[in-house]
Amino acid sequence: MKKIIGSALAALVLATGAASAQQGEIKVGEINSYSALPAFTEPYRKGMELALKEINDAGGIKGKKLVIISKDDGGKPGDALTAANELVSRDGVVLLAGGFLSNVGLALADFAKQKKVLYIAAEPLTDAIVWSKGNDYTFRLRTSNYMQAAMLAEEAAKLPAKRWATIAPNYEFGQSFVAAFKELLTKRRPDVEFVAEQWPPLGKIDAGPVLQAIDAAKPDAILNATFAGDLVKLVREGNTRGVFKDRAVVSYLTGEPEYLDPLKEETPAGWIVTGYPWYSIKTAAHQAFLDAYQQLHKDYPRLGSIVGYSTVKSIAAVLTATDDHSTDGLAKAMKGLKVDTPFGSIVYRAADHQSTLGAYIGTTGIRDGKGIMVDPVFREGAAYLPSEADAAKLRPAN
Amino acid sequence: MEFILVQTLSGLASAASLFLVASGLSIIFGVTRIVNFAHGAFYMLGAYMAFTLTDRWTGAFGFWGAIIAASLVVAVLGALMEMVLLRRIYQAPELFQLLATFGVTLMVQDIVVLIWGPEDLMGPRAPGFTGAVTVFGRMVPSYDFLLIALGPVVLGLLWLLFHYTRWGVLVRAATQDRDMVAALGVNQKWLFTSVFALGVFLAALGGALQIPRTTVSHSMDLAIIVEVFVVVVIGGLGSVLGAFVAAIIVSELNAFGILIFPKISLILVFLVMAVVLVIRPWGLFGKPESAPRPAAGLSIRPWRPFTPAERIAVAVGVFGAAVLPFFLGNYALTVGAEILVFVLFAASLHFLMTVGGLASFGHAAYFGLGAYGAAFLVKFTGAPMEAALLVGPLMGLAGAVVFGWFCVRLSGVYFAMLTLAFAQIAWSIAFQWVDVTGGDNGMLGIWPSTWASSPRGFFWLALGIAVVGVGILRVLVFSPFGYGLRASRDSALRSEAIGIDRRSMQWVAFIVAGTFAGISGATFAFLKGSVFPDFLGIPTSVDGLVMVLLGGIETVSGAVVGAVVYKALAIWLMSQTDLSKLVLGAIIVLLVVAFPKGIVGFLEDLRYRLRPPRANGAGPKTAGYGIAKVEAAE
Amino acid sequence: MTALLDVRNLAKSYGGVHAVRGVSFSLEAGQILALIGPNGAGKSTCFNMLNGQIRPNAGSITLAGQDITGLAPRVVWRKGVGRTFQITATFASMTVRENVQVALLSHHGKLWAAFRYAGAAYLKEAEALLALVGMEAQAARPCGELAYGDLKRLELAIALANDPKLLLMDEPTAGMAPKERVDLMRLTAGIAREKGIGVLFTEHDMDVVFEHADSVMVLNRGELIATGSPEAVRRDPQVRAIYLGDGLLYDAKHREGDAA
Repeated sequence: MKKIIGSALAALVLATGAASAQQGEIKVGEINSYSALPAFTEPYRKGMELALKEINDAGGIKGKKLVIISKDDGGKPGDALTAANELVSRDGVVLLAGGFLSNVGLALADFAKQKKVLYIAAEPLTDAIVWSKGNDYTFRLRTSNYMQAAMLAEEAAKLPAKRWATIAPNYEFGQSFVAAFKELLTKRRPDVEFVAEQWPPLGKIDAGPVLQAIDAAKPDAILNATFAGDLVKLVREGNTRGVFKDRAVVSYLTGEPEYLDPLKEETPAGWIVTGYPWYSIKTAAHQAFLDAYQQLHKDYPRLGSIVGYSTVKSIAAVLTATDDHSTDGLAKAMKGLKVDTPFGSIVYRAADHQSTLGAYIGTTGIRDGKGIMVDPVFREGAAYLPSEADAAKLRPAN
Repeated sequence: MEFILVQTLSGLASAASLFLVASGLSIIFGVTRIVNFAHGAFYMLGAYMAFTLTDRWTGAFGFWGAIIAASLVVAVLGALMEMVLLRRIYQAPELFQLLATFGVTLMVQDIVVLIWGPEDLMGPRAPGFTGAVTVFGRMVPSYDFLLIALGPVVLGLLWLLFHYTRWGVLVRAATQDRDMVAALGVNQKWLFTSVFALGVFLAALGGALQIPRTTVSHSMDLAIIVEVFVVVVIGGLGSVLGAFVAAIIVSELNAFGILIFPKISLILVFLVMAVVLVIRPWGLFGKPESAPRPAAGLSIRPWRPFTPAERIAVAVGVFGAAVLPFFLGNYALTVGAEILVFVLFAASLHFLMTVGGLASFGHAAYFGLGAYGAAFLVKFTGAPMEAALLVGPLMGLAGAVVFGWFCVRLSGVYFAMLTLAFAQIAWSIAFQWVDVTGGDNGMLGIWPSTWASSPRGFFWLALGIAVVGVGILRVLVFSPFGYGLRASRDSALRSEAIGIDRRSMQWVAFIVAGTFAGISGATFAFLKGSVFPDFLGIPTSVDGLVMVLLGGIETVSGAVVGAVVYKALAIWLMSQTDLSKLVLGAIIVLLVVAFPKGIVGFLEDLRYRLRPPRANGAGPKTAGYGIAKVEAAE
Repeated sequence: MTALLDVRNLAKSYGGVHAVRGVSFSLEAGQILALIGPNGAGKSTCFNMLNGQIRPNAGSITLAGQDITGLAPRVVWRKGVGRTFQITATFASMTVRENVQVALLSHHGKLWAAFRYAGAAYLKEAEALLALVGMEAQAARPCGELAYGDLKRLELAIALANDPKLLLMDEPTAGMAPKERVDLMRLTAGIAREKGIGVLFTEHDMDVVFEHADSVMVLNRGELIATGSPEAVRRDPQVRAIYLGDGLLYDAKHREGDAA
């Protein structure tokens, strides 16, 4: 409780303090769903704070202090635009970053295009933000829907299962993920068929009837894209009803601590998931991050922490890469920008503005009463993206 | 066959918690006539409290003790809220209690995050009910059977309580005629408090019983509250049996509906409610509401047009707004434009609520339809902003023509709920029809023409639209049409007896309000450069209600003031703190208690007190019950 | 010449309880007719059928030769029937004058006008009507703060706004002080006779009935049991029995049925 009040106050101070601009500062704007989705944005904010501290402790951006002004969007794209406007018009930030929800990300991307501001989308997963609705000023950090679908489809194709059923939340995120997965899996395995689909409303899954309906179609394997509270309901109900017994389950995002931790000892075993096994990543880059994070926050990182941290590192990288801090100058510098993250080095591709941040894939298991990812393997993002030439064709011509 | 049985069982289990929460809401409404928006908050508190207690007290005895204890603790909190907050505002217009409880809901959302943290919490499973029972070769969780049994048990206990205790008989009597019970010398205060506590207990129990099934999170309240309202309305307000039957109908239809239409869950309850209300306007087990308290018109201080001095003041105000762009920065101007958009939106809702006496809970539908209308024109025909602003709102008009025709056949809470149902149906179309509307990713690139693309230009555009729109609505208020409308609101009996076709007038009022909401929605689309389903969502409708009530429902210009104050406050808080809901909720609650007549109503009272208009002017007083009773008697 | 109002075999029952059965009577222009009877005799039901608030099960209502049976109240009003209610129904959010103005606007078919100021409409007519009922001094007062007697007079002014041929008054003096009752009925009678309006009213106060009615009808258990001049009705033994004898007992039972 104290922590939250503390960080809220910090944000307040950050926001008001920044209004009085000082020489020797570079201000950037950041927007996220702090009040609507605190479970995911709190670790994200902590990741940002760590990166910001590291950068400024090391002398800032060529001697200038990096200042981040954070705003809440309440989970609404309209409010995100108001916040973006405030940051750009009143606070005079050089670029925008952030966003968790896809619709917020798309709204901010469109704002960036219209107002000619650089926007680094942190968490939104939708493919549209870099492809069908991509624009010159928007870049996206996180491993996208398509990339993770491709990683999961690769694993799914190795399974003997032929009959698949899908459960995904009924909105664009779920729909586009299932569509991408279907396409990619069918490409690898023309013999699979999709025998049932369920689209529960986000946050309101009626798990019993949904699982019965899936069970009735007698699938060999199930693809799940529900998360958070819906996922817990699904797991509990499915475990009790034995729906997951003798069936392969491929589950999107479930390995992220945000979603895996609440399952505790009820974590299902053997699900193929994407996620963030912070406890078993042994790379030097990650270890340094993990130590610093735990020292600063006395807590373990979630995937959001990685995203927040890497977002700020990306911001610092682009501001360092060029002295031309105009939007066009920054956008030019973003293309092909190399950034070091806890997941290794990534590149913002010049053709479609997608970063090559990868993801961990593994199976679920339980250790000490906690859900974990067993034998996680890192998948390089670049390997799961269409070639730059192909990706460029997916973007609107303008 | 076996599958159907098992699916039925799953549906029944889902119905149980819905019924518990809904029965509490129904009982509270039946006696106190309070539309308790905070019911979902108590449901959520019940779950959080049960999480904490089950964490401490283990074992079967501990678990069930914790569930009951948690519900009791929350019931006490509910009783406290009733005593501290609601008792002060029973005499205020009906919607004010909704506003107050809405404020509490906002506060609770932030408070639970402060106390229990932002992460989803998973409680223990129910001891003795962790496994499954095999039914025809399929496994059904044994906890489901517990829930299935619990529904009828609670229903039976409530029946016994209401039929075999003096308290229960009083509650039933109060449900039928509150004034009668008051006349019998019953201590109404404590009757209300105890009823409220019982209702909250049931909500909290419903929440606590969810622990073994799902995680506890700070968004639980909104996930259930609307659905519960719908169940109560389908069953008939005040009818516990109705809530029971409606919960089963909704859950079973959902359980089987998803087999054929896997995406139907999103709107199913609203479809059912719309159908039920069109066929049976008082719900399945409800009785025709004998005395729908008018949403407005309780003040006896008649409206009058502006005096010349006031006209000058308004002109100065408009002029002052028009020169703001020379003094303010771009951000302030964009915020100003947003406020102006909502001024017109609130004014249109105010026209429907205050003049027409029709409190709509789904006014955002027409705002959103206007916005989507403009977006469609831009995206599919390449129309410029000017054309889209003129033609786009016609979609709001068309929606109001169709939905309004059904809605004006109802009154009071049923009218409100049918408007809500239509708004949710419109929302789910925008949300689901991805090919056309882009789903929740919305439609982007709806930017204004060059001349209005600067914050300054758009501010003037928004100001022009708001001034003309509010002006027209004000002219309408004082036109013969406005008088006729007010007449039908004041007394259905008398207006019918002097030849006023109430239904047609209200329908036209609905269309007028919908059209102006559409205009503000279309303007909003260009302000944001995009359109999203949440434009049509419940929060937008609630925002409108809050603006009208805050400004003063019984005043002519309250909506304008309410919109400016509320929107400015909301944007400022959003920008300044992550706890905007807590602060905003607290401010709403304070305003409701301090200014039950709204800001403008308060100022008018003040002016009357300082300068009574005539020697015999009897000062402001409220005549609400009198009117309602007159109509009831006939 | 046909009668102003001609009612034939009017009947209404609620779930088997006959509230009104086979009532027939007629009323001439300028005539004042009282309808009396104990509580629950069916007076209000009868009344509400006449102006269309309740649809009769059988029978016909003819106004100046035109069948108005089963028409909606607002249609009946347009044909020239004004009415007042047992408990006054006025527009509490308006001034006294505005109450009358709304009725006038409706009468002149101007209610759909959207762009003129209603407060300036038919001012003279409104003042004249208020003067007629002696309310001109209160024209600007909020209706919601009027005394009950004044509300009754306001209702009368509203009811007269459409130049009615027929005025239906349901217990016009209920809830008023004795002095006020006499004043109001004198006023009504004067207006009716002067303008040639037929008046049908129900009343409990026998003094009012016998002083002002040209003719009296007595309703009991939904049936007309006596009709005639006030004197004749006063002497009728059946009527005396109802008002003094077993009628009260019956009354209680009948009301229970009526409520269902």
